Amino acid sequence: MAKEIIKLDNLRRYFKVGNEEVHALRGVSFTIHEGDFVTIMGTSGSGKSTLLNILGCLDTPTSGEYYLDGIPVRTMGKNDRAALRNRKIGFVFQNYNLLPKTTALENVELPLLYNSKVSARERIKRATEALVQVGLHDRMMHKSNQMSGGQQQRVAIARALVNDPVLILADEATGNLDTRTSYSILVLFQELHKKGRTIIFVTHNPELAQFSSRNIVLRDGKIVSDTLNTNIKSAQEVYDSLPVEND
Amino acid sequence: MNLANLFKIALKALANNKMRCFLTMLGIIIGVASVITMLAIGQGSKQSIREQISEMGSNMIMIMPGTDVRGGVRQSAEDMQTLKPVDYESIRENAPHVVGVSPNVSSAGQYVNGNNNYPSQINGVSPDYLDIRKLTVEDGSIFTERDIKSAAKVCVIGTTIAEELFPNGESPVGKVIRFNKIPLTVVGVLKSKGYNSMGQDQDDIVLAPYTTVMKRVLAIDYIQGILASATTEEHTPQAIDEITEVLRTNHKLKETDNDDFTIHSQQELSSMLSSTSDMMTTLLACIAGISLLVGGIGIMNIMYVSVTERTREIGLRMSIGAKGRDILAQFLIESVIISITGGVIGVICGCTAALVVKGILHWPISIQAYSVILSFVVCTFTGVFFGWYPAKKASNLDPIEALRYE
Repeated sequence: MAKEIIKLDNLRRYFKVGNEEVHALRGVSFTIHEGDFVTIMGTSGSGKSTLLNILGCLDTPTSGEYYLDGIPVRTMGKNDRAALRNRKIGFVFQNYNLLPKTTALENVELPLLYNSKVSARERIKRATEALVQVGLHDRMMHKSNQMSGGQQQRVAIARALVNDPVLILADEATGNLDTRTSYSILVLFQELHKKGRTIIFVTHNPELAQFSSRNIVLRDGKIVSDTLNTNIKSAQEVYDSLPVEND
Repeated sequence: MNLANLFKIALKALANNKMRCFLTMLGIIIGVASVITMLAIGQGSKQSIREQISEMGSNMIMIMPGTDVRGGVRQSAEDMQTLKPVDYESIRENAPHVVGVSPNVSSAGQYVNGNNNYPSQINGVSPDYLDIRKLTVEDGSIFTERDIKSAAKVCVIGTTIAEELFPNGESPVGKVIRFNKIPLTVVGVLKSKGYNSMGQDQDDIVLAPYTTVMKRVLAIDYIQGILASATTEEHTPQAIDEITEVLRTNHKLKETDNDDFTIHSQQELSSMLSSTSDMMTTLLACIAGISLLVGGIGIMNIMYVSVTERTREIGLRMSIGAKGRDILAQFLIESVIISITGGVIGVICGCTAALVVKGILHWPISIQAYSVILSFVVCTFTGVFFGWYPAKKASNLDPIEALRYE
């Protein structure tokens, strides 16, 4: 059995909105092992954003336990969680969130700048390696505003990889991209999965479930289905079958 | 998180907004430059006033006989006969804070040399008089103590007298001129001092041994006044106390008796003038300080806007592992870099402006080291103080909301 990366035990998260208490998560439990590619799906209001925030250590549950790589997160303070995010998690956002007017290399370096254990030379070396992995070895010195959406998302993925995280958290990572570029990004995620990365892909697009190894569906703060996908569809094949747009 | 990385991050963020950065700095630049220029002008004029006063002899002390009422008539000080040559000698020996002392007896009369004549005064003094009045002998020399003992018929003349009596330009030294009927040998000519601030010709002067004036000109056994100089301007009050002590002992005055002499010094004038220019300096510094404050508020304003504008960037930094204090440090460093860079440019501009004022307007300028240091300290403080609030606000942002901020 592979190592447990994430273990959720009866996770609940309530928000106070005015005088009312909103129950965003009402007892969610699951375990994710090393090397899983999990899609978490749900319509808006299903609690997937809240779950994503908690999984990303940006938020803490009201009750229940969350272990990330064996570390209990619920009782951690703000600064400890920041350090944990820096070492264990790589984020990929829907809108890329790259620093403007900054080169790809500098964007990728960013997480390592907040890790004082990494020297300047190692920082550049690792950032370069990460950019090579996402296929941008010829765009390292391009500024973020000189790149296409797909390229920007690749830079963001490289930034998520650079600190060698145990978990990559993607939040609607293909949401802003056209179909063809979306599939090319999915191809990249599948490649990373093959290399043994643990990936959680949060989306509301049901199509994407067929490309992952496991699919969790949330509704009203509860898990309604949790299925393993034995017949993983290759994103590369879909990508190749798409007509090349040249109009 | 080490400091070098934070600096790198802050510098990068500033480089992305060069124009805004420069405009923010402008407030600080103008503030610092005006502090330095204003203080340089203020201090310069203060120094020039001090120099003018010390030309006149800022440590000079004048001792006059006291006035008295005799039979209902107030007597003029010159007619009082309370000061004697022995008082002069006692002061010379017994007042340690007095460096130079000279009696002063004078008389008006006509100087004659051949066909030329000129009305002036004769001043009976001792050689110390030169030091007290900051005079120097240019040609020849001053008379000696021996001339004083023997009441020798010698004199030292100012350039105005020299020009009037010797219009052909020959050296007066060694020549004999006559004051009224008394022949006097010229032993020296004083260096020209020009007119003083009251419009008096300081070169219209003849110095002779006081004994000569007392015995041969006026035929009196008292002196009209004593001039003394304190070791420094600051020691003037001690010197005055010592002189008072000596004179009261000499005059055998009882505890209850009033002084039968009066003592004046230049200190009141000096302190009055320097307090005026001190006030000017304070005023200028206040104006400059206010502009520095406005510059600081400019920094706060821009940093505040910058925090709002960069909310998503802050959210991103937090999500990839920046702690609250990293964000705080980044924004603080940004504002301190702005203020210190502004400070450096301001110092350069201020010094240049001061030199330009000196070069074009010929105002006395004195750039103060303390004003440069002060501006720097204030700049750093301004950066930290006005950067703190926006930085604190940035560091307290919730990463979830910051990431979602539109």
